[in-house]
Amino acid sequence: MRGEHHMGGPEMAPQTPQRSARPGTPVTLLDPPALSASRETRDAPRLRDSFTDSDRRGRLSFGWALETAAAWLLGGLWILPLAYAFWTAFHPREYSTRFAPTAPLTLQNFVSAWDAAPFARYFLNSFLLVTITLAAQLVLCTLAAYAFARFSFRGRDVVFVLVLMQLMVMPDVLIVENYRTMSRLGILDTVVAIGLPYMASAFGIFLLRQTFKTVPRELDEAARVEGAGFLTMLWKLYVPLAKPVYVAYALVSVSYHWNNFLWPLIVTNSVGSRPVTVGLQVFSSGDQGVDWSIITAATLLTSGPLLVAFLLFQRQFVQSFMRAGIR
Amino acid sequence: MRLPVGIRAQVYGWLLLLPALVLLVTFTHYPTVTTLYHSLMSTPKGARPAVWVGADNYHAMAADPVFWQSLRNSAFYALGTIPISIALALLMAVLVNGKLPGRGFVRLAYFTPTILPMIAVANIWLFFYTPGYGLLDQVLGVFGIGSHNWLGSRASALPCLMAVAVWKDAGFFMIFYLAALQGIAPALGEAAAIEGAGRWYVFRRVTFPLLMPTTLFVLVNAIISSFRLVDHIVVMTRGGPDNTSSLLLYYIYDVGFKFWDTSYAAALTMVLLAILATAAIVQFAFLERRIHYQ
Amino acid sequence: MRRVAGVMLAVMIAGWAGAASAQTTEISFYYPVAVGGPVTKIIDGLTADFEKENPGIKVKPIYAGTYQESIVKALTAVKSGEPPQTSVLLSTDMFTLIDEDAILPWDDLIKTPDDRAWLKSCFPAFMLNSQTGGKTWGIPFQRSTIVLYWNKDAFKDAGLDPERPPANWTEMVDVGKKLTRRDASGNVTQWGIQVPSSGFPYWLFQGFTTQNDVLLMNEAGTQTYYDKPAVVEALQYWVDLSQKHKVMPAGIIEWGTTPKDFFEKKTAMMWTTTGNLTNVRTNAKFPFGVAMLPANKRRGSPTGGGNFYLFKKSTPAQQAAVLKFVKWITSPRRAAEWGIDTGYVAVRPEAWDTPEMKKYVAGFPFAAVARDQLQYAVAELSTHENQRVTKALNDGLQAALTGAKTPAQAMKDAQAEADRILRSSRR
Repeated sequence: MRGEHHMGGPEMAPQTPQRSARPGTPVTLLDPPALSASRETRDAPRLRDSFTDSDRRGRLSFGWALETAAAWLLGGLWILPLAYAFWTAFHPREYSTRFAPTAPLTLQNFVSAWDAAPFARYFLNSFLLVTITLAAQLVLCTLAAYAFARFSFRGRDVVFVLVLMQLMVMPDVLIVENYRTMSRLGILDTVVAIGLPYMASAFGIFLLRQTFKTVPRELDEAARVEGAGFLTMLWKLYVPLAKPVYVAYALVSVSYHWNNFLWPLIVTNSVGSRPVTVGLQVFSSGDQGVDWSIITAATLLTSGPLLVAFLLFQRQFVQSFMRAGIR
Repeated sequence: MRLPVGIRAQVYGWLLLLPALVLLVTFTHYPTVTTLYHSLMSTPKGARPAVWVGADNYHAMAADPVFWQSLRNSAFYALGTIPISIALALLMAVLVNGKLPGRGFVRLAYFTPTILPMIAVANIWLFFYTPGYGLLDQVLGVFGIGSHNWLGSRASALPCLMAVAVWKDAGFFMIFYLAALQGIAPALGEAAAIEGAGRWYVFRRVTFPLLMPTTLFVLVNAIISSFRLVDHIVVMTRGGPDNTSSLLLYYIYDVGFKFWDTSYAAALTMVLLAILATAAIVQFAFLERRIHYQ
Repeated sequence: MRRVAGVMLAVMIAGWAGAASAQTTEISFYYPVAVGGPVTKIIDGLTADFEKENPGIKVKPIYAGTYQESIVKALTAVKSGEPPQTSVLLSTDMFTLIDEDAILPWDDLIKTPDDRAWLKSCFPAFMLNSQTGGKTWGIPFQRSTIVLYWNKDAFKDAGLDPERPPANWTEMVDVGKKLTRRDASGNVTQWGIQVPSSGFPYWLFQGFTTQNDVLLMNEAGTQTYYDKPAVVEALQYWVDLSQKHKVMPAGIIEWGTTPKDFFEKKTAMMWTTTGNLTNVRTNAKFPFGVAMLPANKRRGSPTGGGNFYLFKKSTPAQQAAVLKFVKWITSPRRAAEWGIDTGYVAVRPEAWDTPEMKKYVAGFPFAAVARDQLQYAVAELSTHENQRVTKALNDGLQAALTGAKTPAQAMKDAQAEADRILRSSRR
């Protein structure tokens, strides 16, 4: 089944070399599979020797400076909106569009923002949303991925293709019909309704299936010989081995659902269920025009938890992506 | 009494799958089918029930200039944001993969847009684009360039939204490239360098081909995100001026939840589904083969 | 023995509860305001006062967010079979609510001459959007109009009389030209005027059309007049402000940033809602004035904002309670209190005669500008299929303002689109 390995999803690290070592690779000067598989420099085909040593060193240091400058410039550009948010949120309103170094600092914007909308409730809603959604995703995706990875049952491949359909046809584009469904279920305007369409995540199933497939069969069989049941093996063997994948997936899921807007905007109507993003929009789309001081303060408030978490766990964050082999 | 292994595998397999499958069918496959069904019905209103209207909604769509405009915009948006954000992501990954002073900070800077809510940053970008005293005009003003009505002109509204999307996505895609780059043995590059190859040459002939699966994965994500994310439009332009920045999903939202014309919205959704399905087929059938079996 | 006592207690509680529910009528109403803001506190205070005076009635306000969200929520509730008893929604939602079979006319509840007098007691301008087919569907409450704000310092700097805002179209251009300032390289540093055109340009456009003495739709909400020559002329004037006279920025002017542009002195005059009065008073660091919109053939502005609607599916007791509540909250004293606290226009002339209101206006004369303009005001654009018909106009306006179409062409296309929509809705 072709879809099985390359549905365009992330590939697991161990598969890369084998896969690219297939016959009929394109004719290139360098043969990447040979290089990556063997790691033997001697195997590298001959390259054109176009520069002398000194030439290259000169180029490198100049190139290095250029690269550093480019990296920093890009970084500056990318951090600019956040930097602006900090500036405006911590300064009085008169300075929201003027960048005078002497501007006094204030926390008043945060106080005003906090008073102007029930952010505490919004936070609670968002927290419930990401927790419930993630918990359901982890359970459902683990079970389904396990079924796909280690059970052969009739119709498996067809069902797998059906699952992968969701990678493209995401709940985000089916808003009209899903709204109808929620209305029929009588759960409009609830936190559960926001998370429900996302709980069976094709991305999660696919990711975990790929990971589970890399667990050596021998381990599996050894456990079976010891009399472990299917679920015990899942819990004792597969889940622990997939830990980095779980972490990476959890981070993606949490940031996705914390930041999701359009669907929550549609299904929620009241303070009791609105997540922070919708609360923020309701709050900033007043008749009286934009007040950036308060909006940026509210922005920092709403994205604060994720931002702090990210700052604290930055290394782990990036690492778990890498270790998960999502590439 | 135990069931034979083969049958047990069947039963367990389906049981394990069942919970996810029920939800998946309810919120992906069933609505896809009902979208088609409702697109062939009229919208019920007050005491008037929905009736079968056949292709009426599709005829209306063919005659609807806003639909065509949104479709064109979506195509332009996708073709603009996808290559740029992927190229930038790759550039960023390469930059922060090497030795760089302040690498941690730069990585952080690239990645933060990903974790900020689009709805919030859109308000900030709204300030950047504000004519006169907005940041962009303040900066351009230093160079003696007069103010421009960025979001209020036909030509610049959509590109401005695209810039926000690129800014938001590039850092996210960078992570995948970074992960992939770190998986490539450094010996490769060194080897090539010893052989005297230029860096660009090594990148082009060694690194980039090795990154192909990643590029494919990122491409899929980029396509999805270009059709899925319209939060910034809600804040920044509401599709204006004169629909020049309206994307297909935003128009669906307008029709479905402001006009309450759910049947027409269903017909529009069918178009979006068709686009996504085509993208999926092209990707599976064509790109996969090119990359692996060429 | 203990069991008997328990049963007796249960019976007694049930009896009380029964008695209480026989006496208390509970009504819920959706209110379009983002929760937690100052307005919610005012509404909470008002309902508490009402409950104190009317012990048999419990009023439950539900804060539903923006107008857009409130109508969505109300319609959803209607479809699910549990609508609120009353709701404050946009006056322009009237036809939508009628089409969705969601509301009753207030006339059905009116029995006494006193009620009839009350129904006639609002400013007539506000009733224009509240009646159709000879029935009254909405009771004006949270209403506004468009006014002109001007920066007195900027007028002084330009050698103009800071106490004299432009009174007509010609003056607005002339004054605008003097107020528009350019730096050495020709870049504009201060515009003469900004009339916002994002989001809902039709509302501001109605200022121009009314001044040009033309209406955009019929009273039945089944016909629009977008392509009448006087409408095109009005649009031509708006377009000319930027393209010919260069006193207004070109392209679409964002509603949300316009007040900020005014505070930042990027524009010396702006058109915006009376609802911005408090905002401007707090944030403008210069003396400012508030005036009626300039006249052309006549003065004019559309009204805006929300009405009380009476929802179907309530018991007669609830309907009576709703009537009592709405009458109470729109009584002169309460309407005055509401207007003073929020900046919205108190909807009844008597409210302006109350001592509290007189004192307020004496201290802050601008508050009365909106009231005085009401005699010239017309109904906000509202038809069947309101959102779409309005969007057709919005798109046309933006097309003309961004130079993609001539005003005549833009209005011709908008009218064709509106005709198409309304024809199919009449079918």
